[in-house]
Amino acid sequence: MTLSLYDLLVAPFEGFAFMRVALAACLALALSSAPLGVLLLLRRMALDGNVLSFAVMPGAALGFVYAGHSLAAMSIGGFASGAGVATLTGMARRGRQDAGLVVFYLVALALGVTLVAYFGSNSDVLRVLFGTVLAIDATALLQIATVSSITLLAIAVFYRAMMVEAFDPVFLRLSGGHGWRVLFMLLLLLNLTVSFQAFGTLLAIGPVLLPAAIARCWTNRPGPMMALAVLTGLVASYAGLLLSYHRNLPSGPAIVMVAGLLYGASLLLTAGLAALKPTRRRGEET
Amino acid sequence: MRGWINNIAGRPQSAAAPSGIDVQGIRVRLGGRLVLDDITGRFESGSLTAIVGPNGAGKSTLLNVLAGLLRPSGGRVACPARATHRLAYLQQQTEFDRDFPMTVGELAALGLWRTIGTYRSLPRAEADRVAAAVEAVGLQDAMRRRIGDLSVGQMRRAFFARLLLQDAAVMLLDEPFAAVDARTVETLLGLIAGWHQQGHTVIAVVHDLAQVRAHFPEALLLARRPIAWGAAEAVLTGANLAQAAATA
Repeated sequence: MTLSLYDLLVAPFEGFAFMRVALAACLALALSSAPLGVLLLLRRMALDGNVLSFAVMPGAALGFVYAGHSLAAMSIGGFASGAGVATLTGMARRGRQDAGLVVFYLVALALGVTLVAYFGSNSDVLRVLFGTVLAIDATALLQIATVSSITLLAIAVFYRAMMVEAFDPVFLRLSGGHGWRVLFMLLLLLNLTVSFQAFGTLLAIGPVLLPAAIARCWTNRPGPMMALAVLTGLVASYAGLLLSYHRNLPSGPAIVMVAGLLYGASLLLTAGLAALKPTRRRGEET
Repeated sequence: MRGWINNIAGRPQSAAAPSGIDVQGIRVRLGGRLVLDDITGRFESGSLTAIVGPNGAGKSTLLNVLAGLLRPSGGRVACPARATHRLAYLQQQTEFDRDFPMTVGELAALGLWRTIGTYRSLPRAEADRVAAAVEAVGLQDAMRRRIGDLSVGQMRRAFFARLLLQDAAVMLLDEPFAAVDARTVETLLGLIAGWHQQGHTVIAVVHDLAQVRAHFPEALLLARRPIAWGAAEAVLTGANLAQAAATA
């Protein structure tokens, strides 16, 4: 049996409402998460981002314990515990202690899994770990769209301050700029909280980090980097959903795997191109 | 060189504003270790001071305290320039990500942050000032180069272009000459002399004592506490230096 291009690329979304909702949710998430991921990489905070994504877990689990599969309860809980961990670890200020952070995320993960397993079922555990892209309903979609819009607006308006803060926070602070780091952490946490719905704890950072990492392979200019990250995020979401539909794979992991493949291909291709064309590097003066 | 600086700064009244720094009994404890102890004195408005001392003497820590980034465990700092955001601080270069996507021109233009702010774009007249500042540090051919492609010395020049445009009343420089070629050191010293002439207060951590003797009127010899503070030639005596080495 051969599939027509239409069957392959369009029909799944035409035939099933849950596929359409999932696609809309993933695209909205990619739109805001990818540029945020670029900022995260430029700040060299990939690890902090990862830890923060795990920090959402215990609060979301408490929300689950309290109200079952309630979007509001899990989101509020997740956001609260993420904010708590960010404050406790001093992430929202400056200090970084890698070991301390890793301890935090291990404990957060263990605590969350324990809570959900104790009060729920195995399938609930799988759900909070890997998410349920295909079970996103209209309310969840609305939440994702809201967070995505707020994030995009904030990045557009505060772009310059956020870039400068990523490069030289001391300069910005002495020039009278305060609170930019907190704003960034807040946006990141919002995105991770809604990403948690779709991708689960373990993969929530995926749509933030992977497109940005891919874009960074190809360009060193921040504007194009953000645009390319958004584009790859959109492509990975679309292709991942199709892959999960046609091959009956879990959708969140499928999307992350497609992005992972794109990243691998980007690494190989850019390394190959760099080898072909020797470029000038720093340090010809001294 | 002087002419350039006057053109770029364009706001010579900065010198007139009082920009001294008073420190009273500063004490800093980091991780249970006493890093700074009983620092009392005054950086006069318009003074040019070199902070010297052995490794671990607390030189960078003192700059952090003066800049208000680090709250001392005891004592007081009175630095009026800080409240008006007229204090510039060039940290050690290890603090910066060389791979950050930014050009020399963009880095220099940051110096105008206080006048342009977060939201406005760079007016044309200001773009000319940026170009002038970049030329003053000798990087006019590298305006559009990524900072990642610069040598250490060129990078330092770019940061000095930003300082030129910042036109701060107080400038704190942490090891501005470290790992930099001789010609760049000469350029940077010229810029610092220009700032001093205009009445800016400049405080720099310097390792080369010959440079201090030749170019810095004042010196603070630090070894956790001040060993000597005052006119450079009176501070940098053999006895004082030996005492500093023994203390640290």
